[in-house]
Amino acid sequence: MNRREDCADVLIIGGGAAGCYAALTLAEERPELSVLLVDKAGIERSGCLAAGVNALNAYITPGHTPEEYAAYAAQDAAGIARGDLLLTMSKRLNEVTRRMEMLGLVILKDADGRYAARGWRNLKINGENIKPLLAAAVRRAANVRVLEHVDIVDLLKAEDGRIAGAWGIDLRQDAVVYLRARAVLCATGGAAGLYRPNHPGAARHAMWYSPFNTGAGYAMGLRAGAEMTSFEMRFIALRCKDTIAPTGTLAQGVGAPQVNARGKRYQAAYGNTTSERLYAVVSENLAGRGPCFLATHGITEAQERSLERSYLNMAPAQTMRWRETGRGPRTADVEVEGTEPYIVGGHTASGYWVDTARQTTVPGLFAAGDVAGGCPQKYVTGAFAEGAYAAESAARYAASHPLPEPTENVAKVQVRVERLREQSSRPSLYDVDALEEAMQQVMDEDAGGISTAYRYTERQLGAAAQHIARLTRLSEDLRAADAYGLLKIYELRERLLVCRVLIAHQQARRETRWHCFAENLDHPKQDERFEKYVNSRLRDGRVEIILRDLVGEGERYEHTFRA
Amino acid sequence: MSIRLEPEKCIGCGRCADVCPGNLLVLEAGRAQLRDARDCWGCTACVKACPRAAICYTLEASLGGAGGRLYAEDRQETLTWVLRLADGEEQRITVEKHQANDY
Ligand SMILES: Cc1cc2nc3c(=O)[nH]c(=O)nc-3n(C[C@H](O)[C@H](O)[C@H](O)COP(=O)(O)OP(=O)(O)OC[C@H]3O[C@@H](n4cnc5c(N)ncnc54)[C@H](O)[C@@H]3O)c2cc1C
Ligand code: SF4
Ligand code: SF4
Repeated sequence: MNRREDCADVLIIGGGAAGCYAALTLAEERPELSVLLVDKAGIERSGCLAAGVNALNAYITPGHTPEEYAAYAAQDAAGIARGDLLLTMSKRLNEVTRRMEMLGLVILKDADGRYAARGWRNLKINGENIKPLLAAAVRRAANVRVLEHVDIVDLLKAEDGRIAGAWGIDLRQDAVVYLRARAVLCATGGAAGLYRPNHPGAARHAMWYSPFNTGAGYAMGLRAGAEMTSFEMRFIALRCKDTIAPTGTLAQGVGAPQVNARGKRYQAAYGNTTSERLYAVVSENLAGRGPCFLATHGITEAQERSLERSYLNMAPAQTMRWRETGRGPRTADVEVEGTEPYIVGGHTASGYWVDTARQTTVPGLFAAGDVAGGCPQKYVTGAFAEGAYAAESAARYAASHPLPEPTENVAKVQVRVERLREQSSRPSLYDVDALEEAMQQVMDEDAGGISTAYRYTERQLGAAAQHIARLTRLSEDLRAADAYGLLKIYELRERLLVCRVLIAHQQARRETRWHCFAENLDHPKQDERFEKYVNSRLRDGRVEIILRDLVGEGERYEHTFRA
Repeated sequence: MSIRLEPEKCIGCGRCADVCPGNLLVLEAGRAQLRDARDCWGCTACVKACPRAAICYTLEASLGGAGGRLYAEDRQETLTWVLRLADGEEQRITVEKHQANDY
């Protein structure tokens, strides 16, 4: 394999929503700093935003305040969210929205030129090209260099524990890429592909979250000793059946009520938080009153045509399905289902434990977007806002710290990688696909997947932990023929580590605070002893659980280490 | 969820390979190839990027697919989706890029 080295003031890992916005922030505010943005794919369509988004889900409309948004998000998470992160994020939502409009994002306006809202915190847009717009702006930035098709595998640290850079694999050049930096910003998104999906087999990647966000950022952070929070607060999306297209457009857009198979509106009996909306569907199904639908039958022809176009701008599968079956939403209600669980800090609170500067517990390592924890309901605008904060903090840090010397040099890294290309002394009986399938089955059956209606017992979690340990051992014997094969091995290992830590979190929260997201059948009620954050880190190869006190409204958490 | 490649139309420009968020498309002997159809997310980035309509989006049988093919014509001001149903009927839906979603 070849070898390439590079160096920058600030290294951004992941050029999705948060990473691209961070780069734009540094281009505008710190043109004197050199920035390197690395993505495993091409940034024009990489990450969650590939197909486009349907709305800006987080915006402070006139008459409302950032405090209200923060309170709403904390309440939706039943208190397990960081008030300080939510408030700082909320304060920048409108600024980043204006910036996106300047970059060319089409936002619906009323006759007076004001943004047209959908509810009190959503804006209607045409989000089909949101990612190409961001990518084009990043490419125009003079101090930002973009490295694409480079999968980052691990972080580099200095002797004193500070961040020193990262390394990865160039998928096109078949090279080891070794990157040194003064500060590193991790923005690799969340983790999909942990659980058996809705449609295993030919359509296994027909999932809500990006199957190419494999939890790399969580895994590399864990291996570097970083503290994580709230993995047990999984996110499970409620989607249109089969196509996994968003439901909000139908529910909020044309006001379609949710009904069960008997035509009854059921939601009021369950409450209306994000997890309760899913729990309602799951419960109706279990009670034999399923399936559940969004009752769109009877909308106007104009509404139907408009819905078709909206879905083409974010989830073309849905429009295609309507057209192919000849039964559009005007003539047939739209069935809904829950997806498999994901770990995603932009919807729930899972991810790096950060301070308000978005610095992790590894000095010099910052995190933003779905990989950063404590701040649920940030969505795309919140990811931008966090990207901006993290970029500013990383720039301050880079400006006041010299370039550290990584403990692991490039030659050592290369040897480590090349070992995976040699014939093994113990050739594996299994390939990546077989181990991935086994992992997803274990998580599905024993750690609360679709097949158990997201519920688990402690006994099952114990079994899941043992299986994941076995699969992790087996993954060590995997070998690859080329760079893409290496990518597959690394992705599997990332997922296995995330699963391991997730199970430890599920075991630690001995209550049911959120239906479906963490439904512990041995402890089916909320318990005030768990009004705490469940945090974790890897220490000498073991998962250490740390329970931390809540950071409430008006309070602030800061790290105690000296950076 | 997946796409289908129509190799006879492909000119090997590599646009699809550049934009696939999963690095699933590669050029081989001057033609685009999909590494593994099961790994496709169905984001349609490649469908929109292809200048020759050599890629179409399809609904898998397990997702309720009925044999239709969806192509995209990406122009400066508009994005036109062309749906060719299994029986040969063609339907076109044009989305104006400057127009926001109503919902
Ligand atoms: C299908 C879908 C629809 C959505 N719709 C909406 C919506 O309508 N409104 C809204 O407000 N929000 C929406 N969201 C949420 C929003 O898209 C996310 O919150 C946001 O994209 C998160 O930004 P991020 O930068 O953390 O992750 P991403 O945007 O996913 O970016 C992560 C990036 O990291 C890269 N990466 C991953 N691993 C590595 C690695 N090892 N090395 C290098 N690079 C790596 C990826 O390629 C990707 O580019 C939606 C999400 C999804 C999945
Ligand atoms: S639809 Fe998306 S994921 Fe599938 S091959 Fe095309 S670009 Fe890649
Ligand atoms: S974009 Fe179209 S023409 Fe170009 S390589 Fe891909 S399939 Fe072929």
